[in-house]
Amino acid sequence: MSEALLNAATARFDQAEVYRVESESHPVSFEANRLKEIMRRDTSGVALRVIDGGRIGFSSTTDAAREAELVDRAGSLAQFGAEASFDFPAPSEYPEVETFDPAVPQVSQQSMIDTGQGLIEQLLDEWPDLLCDASVGWSTGHGRIMNSAGVDAEYEQTSYYCHIGAQLIRGTDMLNVWAGYGSSKLFGDADLDRLLQTVRRSLRWATNTAQATSNTGDLPVIFTPRGVSATLLRPLVSGFNGKNVANGSSPLADRWGEKIVDGRISIFDDPLIPGASGSRPFDDEGVASRKHGLIENGIAGGPLLDLQTAGQLGKSSTGAAGRGLASSPSPGTSVIDIAPGDMSFDDMIAGVKDGLVIEALLGAGQGNELGGDFRANVSLGYRIENGEIVGRVKDTMISGNVYKVLSQVEQISDSSEWVFGSMRSPAIQCLGVEVAAKDE
Amino acid sequence: MKYRDRIESALNGSGGKADYCEIRLEETDNTRLTYRGKSLDTIAQTSGLGGNVRAVSKGGWGFASFNSLDDLKTKVAEAVAQARAVGGVKTELGEVEPHVDVVPAHIVNDPAKISLDEKKRLMDHYNDLVWSVDGINSADIVYGDTSRKTFFGNSDGAYIEQHQVHVISRISAQARDGGDVQQAGFSLGSQGDYDVVRDLDDDVIDAAKRAVALLSAKSIDGGERTVILDPVLAGVFVHEAFGHLSEGDNVYENEKLREIMYMGRKFGGKHLNFTDGAAIPGLRGSFKYDDEGTPATRTALVREGVLVGRLHSRETAAKMGETPTGNARAIGYNFPPIVRMTNTIIEAGEANLDDLLEGVDDGVYVRNWYGGMTQHEMFTFSSGEAYMIRKGEIQEAVRPVMLTGNLFETLKNLDGVGNDLGMNQGGGCGKGGQMPLPVSNGSPHIRIQNCLISGA
Repeated sequence: MSEALLNAATARFDQAEVYRVESESHPVSFEANRLKEIMRRDTSGVALRVIDGGRIGFSSTTDAAREAELVDRAGSLAQFGAEASFDFPAPSEYPEVETFDPAVPQVSQQSMIDTGQGLIEQLLDEWPDLLCDASVGWSTGHGRIMNSAGVDAEYEQTSYYCHIGAQLIRGTDMLNVWAGYGSSKLFGDADLDRLLQTVRRSLRWATNTAQATSNTGDLPVIFTPRGVSATLLRPLVSGFNGKNVANGSSPLADRWGEKIVDGRISIFDDPLIPGASGSRPFDDEGVASRKHGLIENGIAGGPLLDLQTAGQLGKSSTGAAGRGLASSPSPGTSVIDIAPGDMSFDDMIAGVKDGLVIEALLGAGQGNELGGDFRANVSLGYRIENGEIVGRVKDTMISGNVYKVLSQVEQISDSSEWVFGSMRSPAIQCLGVEVAAKDE
Repeated sequence: MKYRDRIESALNGSGGKADYCEIRLEETDNTRLTYRGKSLDTIAQTSGLGGNVRAVSKGGWGFASFNSLDDLKTKVAEAVAQARAVGGVKTELGEVEPHVDVVPAHIVNDPAKISLDEKKRLMDHYNDLVWSVDGINSADIVYGDTSRKTFFGNSDGAYIEQHQVHVISRISAQARDGGDVQQAGFSLGSQGDYDVVRDLDDDVIDAAKRAVALLSAKSIDGGERTVILDPVLAGVFVHEAFGHLSEGDNVYENEKLREIMYMGRKFGGKHLNFTDGAAIPGLRGSFKYDDEGTPATRTALVREGVLVGRLHSRETAAKMGETPTGNARAIGYNFPPIVRMTNTIIEAGEANLDDLLEGVDDGVYVRNWYGGMTQHEMFTFSSGEAYMIRKGEIQEAVRPVMLTGNLFETLKNLDGVGNDLGMNQGGGCGKGGQMPLPVSNGSPHIRIQNCLISGA
């Protein structure tokens, strides 16, 4: 029991926190155009964090019979632990956030099977050679956080998601396209159609292959919403991560309030968006959620902080703590929301004489991400010639620096799209992306 | 045999309703220390108990995972009902003799017997060493050890207990000049041997110095060049570029891919010999039985440039008319086993490094790894270090590069294999959301012509 564990720990240590999660998920998956597997996953566990003598100890278990051991273990770890720069927070008001849809746990196995089957059949109607996989699933989760300062907070969340992928092989040329969406709310045909449209568009654009023009950043590159997620998001967000800021490795560490990118760029971390995957009333340390400006009109807002990094920087937590059961909390994003611009996506493409559209990368995150650099193989991208997409590019690598690239923004599309339910972004067209292509 | 009775009694009665059923229970204990910036970031000990039931009926699979081991019979019934709801055609599983066995951990120096105090003092020491080098901005250090005990039983009558102990560490130093952040480091690991993290002073100082030196190193232009890979990076290459395409589950229901990856296909010259197998004792990807109870093997994948084998689970083997190879692995109780690599090796050839360098007028020598990924025939991986090669000689350091290519072309362009096989035990592989799975890679130095690299 959480209360008993908290009481036992509070009796022995200066401060204590108990975090307990329970979840169940029900995915069905399709492989090679056919239903393959039905699963059910139940998870439950508890984590204890203590502060004793100014140091942090952490221990967790998924074994109910060993919960009592946590007190001793966390205590002995606190002798060696990191110095705590915070106290566990007192109770506070939490915002109302929609995280639970009672319709989600009512979704039947058959309905998920029908949904997956329907998506696959609709694609096969048009492209009989496709090999499709799909997964449809729902889950419920319950999280509760208690601490020795009096916080006792809990919420329930649901999740419903759908993912469809398709593969086309011609000779030794292999094309993979996909689309996915998840929400705490049950969704229906309109969103499923959107997924199909995304897959169809990728298949259409990739019908032909094209050769990219190698250049050192003087040709425009359009990142679709998924391309923004695959290319720019991680190197950008790493600069805002409280840990990187606290230890001085973020290039933004001393640039808050300064203009760091084009004035049309505004990016928020917003855990209050109803229905989004990642929305929550409070973070995983029991700190109230709030909308947080990372970049507003090109100007660096502030870092994403949990209790420890906030303490190290002499600031307050921004409610950005996330954690798994087996790990201490650390700061991170919840739901990323990038403000749209004013040009339609079609007009963006029509305005490019020679350039690329980037949807997905292979091997992103291997470079100097902390410095804002990205470089990767283009796993799904297209060549634009004279305002039209002429085909898929392969054997092409892109590289650049997110701060430089977002300072050379040419256009931002007028509509934001959800990428897998936890990020909303427009398409962004910029210069400054270096392209290296293998000669034919 | 701790859970034998419970597993057998729960499985009893699944027969007749499903074609096959298995239960895998798991007990884990982990210790982890991380450093970031100047000091210790986290120290944690976690324990786990969980399990799953997997059933197949008419080729359809059901899977139920849980943390509470109560009512195993109900969970069996649930997985069986799921499998039956999938239905389909027919179940095909490769024949495996049902073994009953208890396999103790491979232990050299058990990390569980080393006090937390000693582990922390050692990592504190490495942290201090990184910071002793001028120009360092942050140290990133991870130490982890895990003990995983699995208890497996199936409806064929197998019951296998296995214990595995792993030690991993990654030590990385970071130097920064304004917005320019460079890092250098190394990863290592072992099965059951704490000593692998001892005596690393020279390596730690070397990594810290390299990170600082990278700030003033030049980056090279992207394009095609001759590259020579050290054993560590060449091991990552064989894993990424070739290994994933030899996994049976990527191929078995994909007619087109089967046409491409047919036995007897020629990929390159006689100097190409690739193997995967868990039956080599003591490496990170080694075990006696896989997570379906199939004994480990060594599988020749490429012999003298020709495709001769691939990696299988019981299902993929049966569906392709081949033999199970013992490569069905799950990262934990909440995942079903899928086809994975174990210890993947490019076997040694005859050239020494000088032979490979000879005649390379303008190339790049790449060492150490930073990461890698594959999507079917496309692969990409990053070096931890890079040096220019001019007129057959290794010269100044440049910034690390990313290499990318297409399997089929790249193997044709792989024209030199060294004689100095080295194993890399510091890797972890991700597939289907299951990451990091312990694997090792090995290779001698290799040379690839016309390899696309990205600078910056």
